[in-house]
Amino acid sequence: MSKIHVTTTVNGEPAEFLCEPQESLLDVLRDKLQLTGSKEGCGSGDCGACSITLDGRLVCSCLVLGVEAEGKTIGTIEGLANGDELHPLQRKFLEHAALQCGFCTPGLLVATKALLDANPNPTETEARFWLAGNLCRCTGYDKIIRAVMDAAAEMRGEHA
Amino acid sequence: MPRLSYAAPASVPDAIKLLAGAEGLAKVLSGGTDLLVQLRSGRTRPELIVDTKKIPGIIGIRETEDGFVIGAATSGAEIGENAALVAAYPGVVEGTNLIGSTQVQGRASLAGNLCNASPAADSVPALIAAGAVAVVVGPNGQRNVPVGQIVIAPGRTSLAKGEFILEFHLPKPKAKQSDAYLRFIPRTEMDIAVVGCGVNLTLDANGVITAACIVLGAVAPTQVVVEAAAKAIIGTKLDDAALAALDAAARAACNPITDKRGTIEFRTKIAGVLARRAAKIAYDRAGAR
Amino acid sequence: MNFVANKSELKVVGTRPVRPDGIDKVTGKAMFGADLTMAGTLTGKVLRSPHAHARIVAIDASKALALPGVKAVITAADFPEISSEEAAAGDGAVNFRHMAHNVLARDKVLYEGHAVAAVAATSQAIADAAAALIEITYEVLPFVIDVEAAMADGAPLLHDDIKYNGKPSNITKRVEFKLGDADAGLAEADVVVEGRYETTAVHQGYIEPHAVIASVNPDGQTQIFASSQGQFMIRQYVSKILAMDIANIRVTPAEIGGGFGGKTLVYLEPLAVALSRKAGKPVKMVMNREEVFRATGPTSGGVMTVKIGAKKDGTITGATIDIALQAGAFPGSPVAPACMCAFACYDLKNVRASGFDVVSNRSKIAAYRAPGAPISAFGVESAMDDLATKLGMDPIALREKNAAKAGTKAAYGPVFPEIGFEQVLEAAKSHPHWSAPLGPNQGRGVATGFWFNIGGDSSASVFVNEDGTISVVSGSPDIGGSRASMAMMAAEVLGVPYEKVRPIVGDTAQIGITGMTGGSRVTFATGMATVQAAEKVVDELKKRAAMIWDISPEAVDWKDGEAVPAGANAGGFDPMPLAAIAAKAGKTGGPIGSEVSINAQGAGAGFGAHICDVEVDPETGFVKVLRYTAVQDVGRAIHPSYVEGQIQGGAVQGIGWALNEEYLYDKNGRMDNAGFLDYRVPVASDLPMIEAVVVEVPNKRHPFGVRGVGEVPIIPPLAAVGNAIKAAIGVRMHSLPMSPPKILAAIDGKA
Repeated sequence: MSKIHVTTTVNGEPAEFLCEPQESLLDVLRDKLQLTGSKEGCGSGDCGACSITLDGRLVCSCLVLGVEAEGKTIGTIEGLANGDELHPLQRKFLEHAALQCGFCTPGLLVATKALLDANPNPTETEARFWLAGNLCRCTGYDKIIRAVMDAAAEMRGEHA
Repeated sequence: MPRLSYAAPASVPDAIKLLAGAEGLAKVLSGGTDLLVQLRSGRTRPELIVDTKKIPGIIGIRETEDGFVIGAATSGAEIGENAALVAAYPGVVEGTNLIGSTQVQGRASLAGNLCNASPAADSVPALIAAGAVAVVVGPNGQRNVPVGQIVIAPGRTSLAKGEFILEFHLPKPKAKQSDAYLRFIPRTEMDIAVVGCGVNLTLDANGVITAACIVLGAVAPTQVVVEAAAKAIIGTKLDDAALAALDAAARAACNPITDKRGTIEFRTKIAGVLARRAAKIAYDRAGAR
Repeated sequence: MNFVANKSELKVVGTRPVRPDGIDKVTGKAMFGADLTMAGTLTGKVLRSPHAHARIVAIDASKALALPGVKAVITAADFPEISSEEAAAGDGAVNFRHMAHNVLARDKVLYEGHAVAAVAATSQAIADAAAALIEITYEVLPFVIDVEAAMADGAPLLHDDIKYNGKPSNITKRVEFKLGDADAGLAEADVVVEGRYETTAVHQGYIEPHAVIASVNPDGQTQIFASSQGQFMIRQYVSKILAMDIANIRVTPAEIGGGFGGKTLVYLEPLAVALSRKAGKPVKMVMNREEVFRATGPTSGGVMTVKIGAKKDGTITGATIDIALQAGAFPGSPVAPACMCAFACYDLKNVRASGFDVVSNRSKIAAYRAPGAPISAFGVESAMDDLATKLGMDPIALREKNAAKAGTKAAYGPVFPEIGFEQVLEAAKSHPHWSAPLGPNQGRGVATGFWFNIGGDSSASVFVNEDGTISVVSGSPDIGGSRASMAMMAAEVLGVPYEKVRPIVGDTAQIGITGMTGGSRVTFATGMATVQAAEKVVDELKKRAAMIWDISPEAVDWKDGEAVPAGANAGGFDPMPLAAIAAKAGKTGGPIGSEVSINAQGAGAGFGAHICDVEVDPETGFVKVLRYTAVQDVGRAIHPSYVEGQIQGGAVQGIGWALNEEYLYDKNGRMDNAGFLDYRVPVASDLPMIEAVVVEVPNKRHPFGVRGVGEVPIIPPLAAVGNAIKAAIGVRMHSLPMSPPKILAAIDGKA
């Protein structure tokens, strides 16, 4: 069987690619669409470094087949900033030093964006459980959680 | 090089035709959170993947006069967002929502969790305790199978070639009926259940248990319906003596293995603890109805 | 530059600016090891041993080579046989012959996952299929996994050439450090505690798997782009293993997705180079997570016996530790630093620390954050807790009574200059956490830790650009924000705003030799090189100003980024900003810049004390960490946020080590939990906030007082958690991890 042609939307832009049935969406994003911001830490859905949104739903792109992207809307880290304006989460991650090596950061940002879309006012516990699938080995999560809570407050307009 | 084919049929007959007609191994793809891991590791090498998610009705939740119909490929996240289902079956929902991370919840389905046929599957004990029925479709038509009869051994189901699950039916809960699911893991998230326990209870107006189903996971090759545990608490108000009898019955029903996730001794003891704790939660929920 | 004693004189150091590489890392632009591809790149794949121990009888790659798309297969026959040669590396030593044999097995495989061959092909799928077609004939040998079994008579032997006491052995060496007479000291004690403790191998668990792309030209010139803790390390090791001229190898450091010591070795790099040489095309290799667990270094597990004796007033009279550490398949556990650090927190007259380095059929261990120190501290700090209980003393008071201070002679040799352990203990004792109330099933523990911190080879250059902005190049890969601290230190010296200084990490052709990022050395040593380079630039800027003003250079001062006349006698010139001097550089002698390469000496020892509260579920053994406070003397924090981050991250790795992380082996000697599902690192919902309390007792041998921070915080948690669990359940846990089944068994055993 030949490769499958897939038409999809990535970060608001139309995209198409050819892929083998067994190729993961993560491999497609990284190798075919040159969107290397999504990372592979495990390939088994245990680390969250490849987090993206698929039709608005947070998923691990390593657990999605490339062919399943047909007709879907994909959001990746590369689409988080609005042009040259960083998303408040990106700014708060920088201000709070919520990253050290930065490898888990894209996945955490995508996951956090999905959290705040679903729940603009999470408790610390809710944020921690939502992000339990995003492993970070550098920070001990403290500054990440602080950045998330601060960004959420700002996005709710509480810093005005 | 082995070749894999992918198909996303838009109807039940087309899906059955593909699955039944495959010469080699054909796998159903719903959420894919188990299948993709197995594909990548080489643990499964299908020649055909049939993605069922384009079949109308296979994703979604409907409330009917008889209860609920949950599409087989409905994600855990959608199940958790359905307020009516959460109110009616908090235990089923909490079991389903314990599968993997938020990301996994975005994809993982009841049918996938069930048909992966792991004794540790988090959604299964509460489904069995609720009396859930799987609607199985295949070359020989449709049959309704109690969820507890789908898994027959670790990694093996009773589904025949060409068959797959279309949807699940949950009966409408009675007055003063509710459920709960608890599992034990060493961390707070991201682990496979070392032991899981689903409990479904019905009370009378005085708070006496009139019906009960206690189902344990990860303590035997398949989920275990512990009838002795139900007997131990039916007719009681879940007093200390009943809880002690429940604990003992749950432990007695265990036939676990020692593996990297737990020992026989540990699993057995935890089964009793979880049965007690889940029963208390279900009892309080049923009483509050 | 002289030590700046008065912190208020510092304008940039001690502030919290956004890191220069930050935007790349929050937008997905940062290029990590697996993110780069060159034209025509092939994909490499390693074939690994399924056996824990076996002789390689034959390798037949003909079927793999016949597969369309396969461009090269290599085995040990493609590597030169090199002689045994030890070299210093970071915290320890490496043996290049062993390293080469670890990269690609020769004659024998020594652990499951040991690389046996590698293939390069036009796609990942073809490379995977080709690797499966390489036929290896093995003669399976008996294996040994556990350290004590490996030491026993009759154990399967891994190496023919390792002897102990003249006999073939898996014990590669014994180390001993002593001061006074430990046995006599113990005999004087009123109270003695003794315990046996066990720890398991734990992995560094960096989220980024190892990744490299290498390209070899026909003339031998080689480019390597790789994620590691040292581009110069890769250059040197590849040169040794493949017998190449160093000048032909240029290594560009990719962004590194965590290392913690685990990326201080080569695994894939020599394979990618050898495959590229053979195939004539660039070769990219990326490990999967399973390979990371099976084939790269965790740190040692081990067993130890600790004995401490004290007078009734708490004065320790004698202490011993005897420890045996797994090295993995080749010699080189961190047994020496484990012994050296064991009692370094304390001012002891009589102490002995001895240890064995033991090989067994496990992947070769690699450094992990303060190598060895957390292991021995688990035993010693648990025993200290028991001693406090036995004496009826507050555990912090017991430590204060015996605390190392300036003038203390450590058992491993040196006499401490000014150190901050007493200040750390004081900060812990006076922290509200120490006196906060606890509920039922809850317990509180405290434990301390010591790490040397190190200096060593570092290079940095500072360039003044035409517009007066500054470029800084250093040789240290940035794992946790070191670009920011280099820019901050340069800005401080030059008196310019932080944003005017842009730092990069240089490749091996752009900057002088620099040791690895590890051992808590970068801010100290590379920071010192940066400061010295910036000072040379300041000297030059003063000279140029003097030239423009036509006065003597000695008559020019440098203040807040401007040249100013030193006094009235020097003349009445307006201050000349750096940018003005830069603009005239072409007319005053040419571009202004300086590179400094040093061997930094004078690293200042670091001490920490952690307080941990846990709640134990008495029916399940589940441990919840309720509150955690980590106090540490860092000397001086250049960027306090990243200093706190190091402390928090190290503490959480220690909590994971304490509670759930472990290497499990099946009955065939194969790792049973090679994935993040069953190798259980802490997740966000497992933890409370980690309060980092930064104590600053400056190291006067660094201009800004830096000691180093990254290693110490992983040392105390193992015992701090264990001591908290002891307080909660009344039982001492002697074996890591303190997982629910073990705790429940301990609770039941007590009842």
